[in-house]
Amino acid sequence: MAVTRDFSHYVKDLGAGLAHLDLAVEGVSCAGCMMKIERGLSAIPDVTLARVNLTDRRLALEWKKGAIDPVQFVDRLAALGYKAYPFEPVRAEVVEVEQSQFLLRCLGVAAFATMNVMMLSVPVWSGNVTDMIPEQRDFFHWLSALIALPAAAYAGQPFFRSAFTALRARSVNMDVPISIGVVLALGMSIVETFHHAEHAYFDAAIMLLTFLLVGRYLDQNMRRRTRAFAGNLAALKAETATKFISPTEISEVPVAAIAPGDIVLLRPGERCAIDGKVIEGRSEIDQSLITGETRYVAAEPGTSVYAGAMNISGMLRVRVGVAAEGTLLAEISQLLEKAVQARSRYVRLADRASRLYAPVVHATALLTMLGWVALGASWHDAIVIAIAVLIITCPCALGLAIPTVQTIVAGALFRAGVLLNSGDAIERVADVDTVIFDKTGTLTLPELDVVNAAAIPADVLQLAGRLALASHHPVAAAVARASKAVSPLEGIVEEPGQGVTGLADGVELKLGRPSFCNADRMANEILSTDPEISVVAFSRGQDRYVFAVRQQLRPDAALTIRTLVNRGIAVQILSGDREPAVRLAASALGVLAWRAGLTPADKIAHIEDLKRSGRKVMMVGDGLNDAPALASASVSMSPVSATHLSQAAADMIFLGEGLAPVRAAIDLSRKALLLMRENLVLAIGYNLLAVPIAIAGYATPLIAAAAMSGSSVLVMLNSLRARRVGPEVM
Amino acid sequence: MEVLAYLVPLALALGLIGLMGFLWSLRSGQYDDLDGAGWRAITDDDHPMPPS
Repeated sequence: MAVTRDFSHYVKDLGAGLAHLDLAVEGVSCAGCMMKIERGLSAIPDVTLARVNLTDRRLALEWKKGAIDPVQFVDRLAALGYKAYPFEPVRAEVVEVEQSQFLLRCLGVAAFATMNVMMLSVPVWSGNVTDMIPEQRDFFHWLSALIALPAAAYAGQPFFRSAFTALRARSVNMDVPISIGVVLALGMSIVETFHHAEHAYFDAAIMLLTFLLVGRYLDQNMRRRTRAFAGNLAALKAETATKFISPTEISEVPVAAIAPGDIVLLRPGERCAIDGKVIEGRSEIDQSLITGETRYVAAEPGTSVYAGAMNISGMLRVRVGVAAEGTLLAEISQLLEKAVQARSRYVRLADRASRLYAPVVHATALLTMLGWVALGASWHDAIVIAIAVLIITCPCALGLAIPTVQTIVAGALFRAGVLLNSGDAIERVADVDTVIFDKTGTLTLPELDVVNAAAIPADVLQLAGRLALASHHPVAAAVARASKAVSPLEGIVEEPGQGVTGLADGVELKLGRPSFCNADRMANEILSTDPEISVVAFSRGQDRYVFAVRQQLRPDAALTIRTLVNRGIAVQILSGDREPAVRLAASALGVLAWRAGLTPADKIAHIEDLKRSGRKVMMVGDGLNDAPALASASVSMSPVSATHLSQAAADMIFLGEGLAPVRAAIDLSRKALLLMRENLVLAIGYNLLAVPIAIAGYATPLIAAAAMSGSSVLVMLNSLRARRVGPEVM
Repeated sequence: MEVLAYLVPLALALGLIGLMGFLWSLRSGQYDDLDGAGWRAITDDDHPMPPS
């Protein structure tokens, strides 16, 4: 059956006869790749633009509309050696990009204003000790006001808005003392300048905003990068469905272009990419990615199938349903919603720090003012000194303490194969004392593997593999992978539901059910040893072989669990699979606490129990049924193979075959939390040194500026120490 | 000190030009791909790429 690919869903019409397409490209890592791709594609006639973005690993293409089929680009890239697939940015990513650009604009405005205000401030500072005349000083102060006020009004928006939102919700975050400090400093400076006073704090206020915006931008940029990368991963999975465009014609279209009500064809060996109901055909489906249950389920007209299910034996026609039609999916979505609400109560470290910090600072300023009045100073002087205290204590370094560490650690995590979905996940992972693993797809690899490949002669494995290449059955696919065969045998005949037969050197070859190959006795021997194993038999003339196939544990699963236990972390397995299968995996990994046959609600209940007893739980899982449990745990991770829902619910996503990223995430996060706390102590300690000077009334703008930049630089340098974590952890 | 009368506006104007330049570079997407931009500067345009 010839299948056409249809990418028209992704093509944007730019008008003026031009079409635009964005592609996610795998493996673009250097300037050479960039040039090769750009030249290779520009060489196609009618292409007007081919530009690689090396940061986001993406390619933007424009061409004369109607002249080229977009499929050609993907094929051309494949010929150049790059896997590519069109993508559509998700809403969340678009928001991150806009936010990041806005912050950069604010940072630009604030930085230019700071430079110009400083240019005016330095003459005033030096003029105060030499012989500047008061009129000149006033003139310079007014000029500073002219620059600083509009700049602060623009660049302060992120802080003012967030502070306002927090205050309206009757809570306090880091932005409240920042906004109060900036507004008071600017207000007082205007009043002081009006009264021809010696000191104005325009420079301190705008510099504070600049430093804080650096922190904000770094934080935002880290999130934008991981979102872009996650978007690429999703696109490169190239999830397509075979859709009926008429009762007899089919076309392979991207999942994004499938609408409810469409009818799709699900062939044996295909993974279902949509949710829906079977309308025609009979088969067995493997729902292990969804429920954790490794036993196949019978599918017939009326059965619900979900994205991630693998069709095993027969052709199915599926009518695409709306998202929450199936009972399982509806139930899971409800549980997920509740769990997400429960988790949003977590208070970030920065906000916890400012909840303690803000009242202390504001009380100190108030006491300073009252103290000076009590000692006989005028109200004017007392207020000026109190505001100077607020400026000195403004949490400039506090605002940098956490984002700088987060940015650097996110980079280290990225290199270790972990993508952060939420910024505060690092803080939550660091506290974890219990890790719960799902079994299927998390402790085990998602694909099937031949376990006894070593016991079978290499030439037999090779022949079986070449025969297996002709079949779509997942067990046959495992044999093909194990043999590393590339060229299928010629003249292979498939007998539906039985197996495949072929000829090599005049000898008949058979691969399929044990009964098909007369190998029942050997197969039963293998089947009786392990509840999770599947078998496929192979015969060459009179020789019989049986391949044992199962989902293997991830190669470093046992090692990772041992290291976690050594770090004092309790490890448990919660699985939706049958008891014997879970028992076997648990004993192989040395995990004593395990439970089998759990529903999504059971998993949540178990996690809630643990949380109530004061444990900080990390959930690692990948099934659709794990999504609510992922959201209800203190923090969660999901392998990249996971279903959409669980990937979206997880705080972190990890790549690769191993479980080592779980350990790396915990180690790096612990180190990061240590550095964040150090930074907070450094920042507050620095303020403690400067505050007595301010209370005593000696805080000139020069001292305020020095204190602010000094503490900020110190905190940034300390954060850079996180870069050195890498090698020790890996 | 009359020099201030034209030096100060000049300084402000230069600052504004710098800011405009930055905003323009931001809007024209020059910060979208910081990794790639560095490499583009050092590639030769006049030599065709060797076939891979």
